[in-house]
Amino acid sequence: MREKELMNQADMRRGLTRIAHEIVERNQGVQDLAIIGMRTRGVPLAHRLAQLLESLEGLPVPVGSLDVTLYRDDLSLRGLRPKLQRTHIPIDIKGKRVILVDDVLYTGRTTRAALDALVDLGRPRCVQLAVLVDRGHRELPIRPDYVVKNVPTSVQEEVQVRLQEVDGVDQVVLMGRGEDG
Amino acid sequence: MANRISVADLAAPSETFRPHVLDLDDFSRREVELVFEATDAMKEVLGREIKKVPALRGKTLVNLFYEASTRTRVSFELAAKNLSADVVNIATSTSSVAKGESLLDTIRTLQALGADMIVMRHPQAGAPYLVARHVKSCVLNAGDGWHAHPSQALLDLYTMRERLGNLDGIKVVIVGDILHSRVAHSNIWGLSTVGARVVLCAPPTLLPFGFGREDFPLPAVEVDHNLDRAIQGADVVMALRIQKERHTEGLLPDLREYVRLYQIDGTRLARARPHALLMHPGPVNEGIELASDVTTCAQSVIQDQVTNGVAVRMALLYLLAGGGGEEA
Amino acid sequence: MTDLTRTSLVLRGGRLLDPGQGLDRPGDLLIEAGRIAAIGAAGTLSGEEVFQASGLVVCPGFIDLHCHLREPGFEEKETIATGTAAAAAGGFTTLCCMPNTEPPIDRAAVVEYVLKMARIEGMVRVLPIGCITLGRKGEQLTEMADLAQAGAVAFSDDGSPVASARLMRSALEYSSMLGVPVIDHCQDPSLSQGAVVHEGWVSTALGLKGEPAAAEEVMVERDLALAELTGGWVHIAHVSTAGSVERIRRAKARGVRVTAEVTPHHLTLTHEWVAGRASLPGVEAWNGWSLFPYDTSTKVNPPLRTVEDTRALLEGLRDGTIDAIATDHAPHDTPSKLCEYDDAAFGISGLETALGLLLTLVHSGQMDLGLLVQKLTAGPARLLGTRNEEQGTGRGQGQGSGFRVQGSGEGQGSRFRSQGSPEDRGTALDSRPSTLDSRLSTLAPGAPADIAIFDPEQTWVVDPFRMASKGKNTPLAGLTLRGRVVATIYGGSMVYRCG
Repeated sequence: MREKELMNQADMRRGLTRIAHEIVERNQGVQDLAIIGMRTRGVPLAHRLAQLLESLEGLPVPVGSLDVTLYRDDLSLRGLRPKLQRTHIPIDIKGKRVILVDDVLYTGRTTRAALDALVDLGRPRCVQLAVLVDRGHRELPIRPDYVVKNVPTSVQEEVQVRLQEVDGVDQVVLMGRGEDG
Repeated sequence: MANRISVADLAAPSETFRPHVLDLDDFSRREVELVFEATDAMKEVLGREIKKVPALRGKTLVNLFYEASTRTRVSFELAAKNLSADVVNIATSTSSVAKGESLLDTIRTLQALGADMIVMRHPQAGAPYLVARHVKSCVLNAGDGWHAHPSQALLDLYTMRERLGNLDGIKVVIVGDILHSRVAHSNIWGLSTVGARVVLCAPPTLLPFGFGREDFPLPAVEVDHNLDRAIQGADVVMALRIQKERHTEGLLPDLREYVRLYQIDGTRLARARPHALLMHPGPVNEGIELASDVTTCAQSVIQDQVTNGVAVRMALLYLLAGGGGEEA
Repeated sequence: MTDLTRTSLVLRGGRLLDPGQGLDRPGDLLIEAGRIAAIGAAGTLSGEEVFQASGLVVCPGFIDLHCHLREPGFEEKETIATGTAAAAAGGFTTLCCMPNTEPPIDRAAVVEYVLKMARIEGMVRVLPIGCITLGRKGEQLTEMADLAQAGAVAFSDDGSPVASARLMRSALEYSSMLGVPVIDHCQDPSLSQGAVVHEGWVSTALGLKGEPAAAEEVMVERDLALAELTGGWVHIAHVSTAGSVERIRRAKARGVRVTAEVTPHHLTLTHEWVAGRASLPGVEAWNGWSLFPYDTSTKVNPPLRTVEDTRALLEGLRDGTIDAIATDHAPHDTPSKLCEYDDAAFGISGLETALGLLLTLVHSGQMDLGLLVQKLTAGPARLLGTRNEEQGTGRGQGQGSGFRVQGSGEGQGSRFRSQGSPEDRGTALDSRPSTLDSRLSTLAPGAPADIAIFDPEQTWVVDPFRMASKGKNTPLAGLTLRGRVVATIYGGSMVYRCG
C-alpha cells in the first residue's frame, strides 16, 4: 500500500482557518451556531473549528459530538458490530444553525444518517456540512457547504485523516494499491 | 457452560458478538465491557425526547414466554421498539402450545413466519439451547428454569457499575433462595468475571450443590448461613424472591423462621457499608425477603434496575442483531 | 445370512480369546452343524467355508444381561427383530430382555409371546426377564414359579425400584427356591424424584435437578441387608457409584449372595458430557466433533456420574466385585428425545456401540482386553447358571464367586443355580428352560457356535442412522471409535457381517 501525503499540519491549519472565515461570512456571525462533530475524527475537528470561530468573533460556540451508528442503513444480521460511542450534545438544537463536521465525505451515507439523528434530537433551523476532505463518489444527493480540500480518488484508494488528538499527528494521506498512487 | 460457539477475538473498533445470548458463564470480561459500552449509548437514547433509533428497523422480534412475566416481557418489548424493531408477543396460554404443540414445532413455525430474534422464557433449563440448535434466528434467553437469566445479571452489574464504579473486589452478598434462582446463578458468573467477591447467604437447603467446596470447578464464592455476619461491610446486598411454596417441599420449616433469619431490614442493612446498594430482581414480597421500610429506602436501586433493564436489553438486541457492514 | 447348520466353517488364524477357559492364542476354530467342532493351531483345520480371521479376535458371543427390546407395546422404539439385529451387529448372541413392556412380562403368556417372537423374528437368543410384581407396581408378587417355568431367567421391575423393603424381602425369599435372582434397579424414589442428572457441579451449573449418589447407595445397602437376611440372591442392575461398589465388595466378602453389573457408558462417560464437555481417553480422532450442552442423548438412568465413579467401577470389574458388563440398551423414538431435557426419555441405545466404547478403556491402558471379554462372556454366563468356569475356585472371599452356599459342601462354588437355599431345601424347578443350553458363550468343542469376531483396530464413525436399532439415541453420534465387530455367528449361522 503506497502512502502519499496530501496535507500536512500547516495545510490543515490554514484550511480550517479559511473555512472558519467562510462560516462566519455565510452566517453573518456566530450567533445561534452549534458545531457538531461526527464520531470519531469529526469531533476533534469540530472542537478546533469552534475554537477558531470563538477567536474570530469573541463569542463562545457550543460543540457537541454525534454517533450515527444506530442510524446507519447498512446494519445487517450477524456482521461486524461497529462500536457504539456516546452522542453528547449539551444544548437544545431547536432553532439553531447546526454545522455538521466530518473528516472525509465519500458516499454521503454517514451524512444522511447524521441528518436523521439530528432530526430525532430536535428541529434545527438549518444544517450545513463542513468537511476536511471531499473525495467524490457520492451515492446520495449530498453536498458539502465547506470543504478544506477536494481530492479526486479512485474507488480502490483510501483517504486517511490523522489528527493529533486521536493519532498523535496531523496529516492527511492517500493510500493506494500498486505502483501508481 | 460454553455455548460451543466461538466468539471471534474482540478488538476495537468493530467487534463480532456471539450469535446467541443463552447464559453468562462464558462471557469474557471484554464481552461484558462491550455490553456496558453499548448500554451507555442506549441510555443516552433513552434520555432523549424521541427515544427511538432505526437500528433494527425491519427486524422482527418474537417474545416467546412460557412463564407469565410482565416486567421482563415489557422490558424486552420496549427495548425492541426503541430500536424500531417489530414485536410479536406470544403468551403460551392463548397459543397452540396450550394444545400440546412441542417447543420445536413452535419455534420452527416462528422462524418460517420471519422471526429474526427470539426472546424466550421457559420453565425448563436448557430449552433455549434446544432452540438455538435448531433455528437460524438469534436466541436470547430471558430465563430458563433454574439455569440462567443473562440480561438480568447484566443489568444488575450495570447498575452496580453506575453507582459504584469499578467492581473489582467489591463485596456482593446474595441472600435468599439461591438454589432455585436463575438470577443468582447468572449474577454469580457475571460478578466473578468482573472480579467481585461474592458471598452467598441462605440456609443449606436453599443452596445449590457444591458452592463453597474446594474441589468445585465453578466460580469461587463464599458461603455463610448467618446473614448478620455476612452482610457486614457489603457493598451490594442482593435479595432474592422466596416462593411461598418452598416450605411445602420440605426445604424450609416455614416462612416465619426464614423471615427471622434472612429478612433484610433497616438494622441489618446498617451493617453493610454506608453506600451499599440494595437490589432485588422483582417483584418484591414485601414483608418477606425485604422489610417494608427498606424497599423504598435511599439505598434501594430497585427502580434503577428496571430502568437500566431496558437500556441493557436494547444493547443486547443491538449487539445480537444489528451488526454493520462497511463504513459509509 | 449364511446358514451353516449343514456345512462346516473354519475361522482361520484369528486370536482365539475365551477368558472363561483361560484360552488366548492364535488358532483355527471349526464349526459344524451349529456347534463348535474343534479348535486347533493356526492353519491346521479346514472346512467347506473359510473365514480369514487373521488380525481379528475370535471370542464367544457376548451375553447382555440387561436390555430393553420394547416389544410388546413400544414397537416404535424397537422390536425384537430390530433389537436382536442390533445385538448381532454389536457381537451379542444372547440377550436378557427387561419386562417393562406393555403388557409387562408379568405372566407366563407374555414370556411365551416374547420367546415365540424371538424364535420367528429374532436374530439371536432372547431370554426374558419376568416382573417381580404385577404390572411392576410394587404391590403384589408375580407368579414367579410359573414365569420361571415358562422361561424367565430372572425377575426385575427394572425402570422402577422395588420401593417397599417388605416386598423386596418377600421377593428374595420366594425366588430363592427357584434359584433365580431378583434384579433390583436401586434408586430411592424420594431422593431421585424429578432428577435428571447426577447431583454435582454440572447440575448446579446447568440448573438441572440432580440425584445424589446416595439415592442409589441407600437402596443398595438395603438390598444387601435383605439378601443377607433371607439368603436370597440379589443382582444389582447398572451399578453407577463408587459407594455402591464398595458396599457390594464388603457384602461379597461377608458371603452375601449378591452379583452386580455395570454398563459401558457408566464405565466411560461422565456428567460433564451433559454440560457439553465430552472427553474420552482412548479416542484419538475427534475430527471437530463436539457435544451441545443439554444434549438429551446424555440423559440416562442412573445418570452419568463422576470420573472418580468410573474409576471405582473399573476397579470393581478388576477385583470381581462386579460380575458382568450389561448394556442397558434403551432405545427411544426421536420425539421422545427431541425435546427439553426435563421432558426427554431416559436411555442410551447401546448395543451397537458397546464394544467400541469399551475398547477405549483398553486402548487407553485402563483395562485388559481379556478382562473385557470375560465380563461380556464368562461373567454373565456364570450368572445364567451355566458351567463354563473351572469349578471350586475362590469360594467365599476373593475373585469372582460371590457367595457361599451354606451347608452345600465343597465343589459347588460357582454354580448359582445349584440346589440353592442355605437351608438346602431344594428347588421347585428341576429342569432348566429349554432355550438355555448348558454351555453358553464358550469356545469349547460341543458348545453352540455363538461367536463374535472383531477387529480391535478398525476405526469407524458412529452413525445412528445406519444402526440396526430403531433407537438412534446415542451421545456418541459422529464420534470416531477404534474397534468394531466384523462378524457374529449364532448357533452356527452368520447373523452379522460387516465389510
